[in-house]
Amino acid sequence: MTDTDWPLWEVFVRSRRGLSHTHAGSLHAPDAELALRNARDLYTRRGEGVSIWVVPAAAITASSPDEKDPFFAPAADKPYRHPTFYEIPEGVKHL
Amino acid sequence: MATAAAHRTAAAAAHDAQDTAATTAYERAFDAAVAADDRIEPRDWMPDAYRATLVRQIAQHAHSEIIGMQPEANWITRAPSLRRKAILMAKVQDEAGHGLYLYSAAETLGTGRDELLDKLHSGRQKYSSIFNYPTLTWADVGAIGWLVDGAAITNQVPLCRCSYGPYARAMVRICKEESFHQRQGYELLLALSNGTPEQHAMAQDAVDRWWWPSLMMFGPPDDASQHSAQSMAWKIKRHSNDELRRRFVDICVPQAESLGLALPDPDLRWNEERGHHDFGAIDWTEFWEVLKGNGPCNEQRITQRRRAHDEGAWVREAAAAHAAKHNGGTQGARA
Repeated sequence: MTDTDWPLWEVFVRSRRGLSHTHAGSLHAPDAELALRNARDLYTRRGEGVSIWVVPAAAITASSPDEKDPFFAPAADKPYRHPTFYEIPEGVKHL
Repeated sequence: MATAAAHRTAAAAAHDAQDTAATTAYERAFDAAVAADDRIEPRDWMPDAYRATLVRQIAQHAHSEIIGMQPEANWITRAPSLRRKAILMAKVQDEAGHGLYLYSAAETLGTGRDELLDKLHSGRQKYSSIFNYPTLTWADVGAIGWLVDGAAITNQVPLCRCSYGPYARAMVRICKEESFHQRQGYELLLALSNGTPEQHAMAQDAVDRWWWPSLMMFGPPDDASQHSAQSMAWKIKRHSNDELRRRFVDICVPQAESLGLALPDPDLRWNEERGHHDFGAIDWTEFWEVLKGNGPCNEQRITQRRRAHDEGAWVREAAAAHAAKHNGGTQGARA
């Protein structure tokens, strides 16, 4: 078995309590346990994290950049979802 | 006139027919993203030549990081104190990490690391020529940190804004970590420079040997750099080789003064008019010779790299066997 047979894992690190895990990078490892250990050595050598997730890259389903426009279009024409859409008389507070 | 216009229209039509409409739309989107300083991400369409240029550059960069472990690892067992030893081990471990960040970035372009390692081991891809020079004394560890890592930082900081997202993100992490590398080297040289006359001489000798190869790290002069113009147009590269080299010289001169060490260049002096230092001619013959494989350590570095890879095979096999035994080979067996 060579390195290419080892699955690719995406690594997510929580930098401190109260924050979500964010994507840090990827690595190869034969199993989840080694992926976690490698991720610790690779992405948290300076205390960058208090928690790590490793996810097989093959398990991630991603939106396609090709359909970027149509896929996200429904959000683009609804400015009324933003508070700045509404006109409020001057002087009205806490709104 | 009418004939010329008609001719041009016919040529344009033929050209359009060659390109599929889809490709030109993709090209326009790519060009617009680069022009707007937007980032290109792995699943975006990109020109084949852009992809190939990035793979070549990122691979060379990754190889440099892991080959760069060798000249310094050479001194781990002989570090003069436990403090220096711990620092050096951390630095060499960082270099391994940097290599891995970069192999990951290359992989997002569809080039796996087995292929890249294979190309390194067979000499089809290069690493920075600087690592083909030997580390003869302990002071070389300091000179590498100060000058080699300093030159690398000067090169790499603009790469944090490279147009390819994964490469730029890898560079952000690397630059943060390189800062410690440079400072430990400077501190090491300062200790030697302020030490006994023998220690001072050792520090000076290291600077004498590493100064010129460090200036060569920025690559050939702009008029002889074959990839520069296109890489700058694609915003992979943000500054020319000569511009970065000049910046590095300007940074180093006062640092050398504070160290109490001389830079080995009789032509080095401040040029009031240009607002930069003038410096002597670089021996490009030496650069090209080392690049061709005729440097002092080319053979040794690659032999050692191959040996490390081969001797690590049993570890990789054991890890794979362990994974197969405990997961029944099911857990993400293939990426």
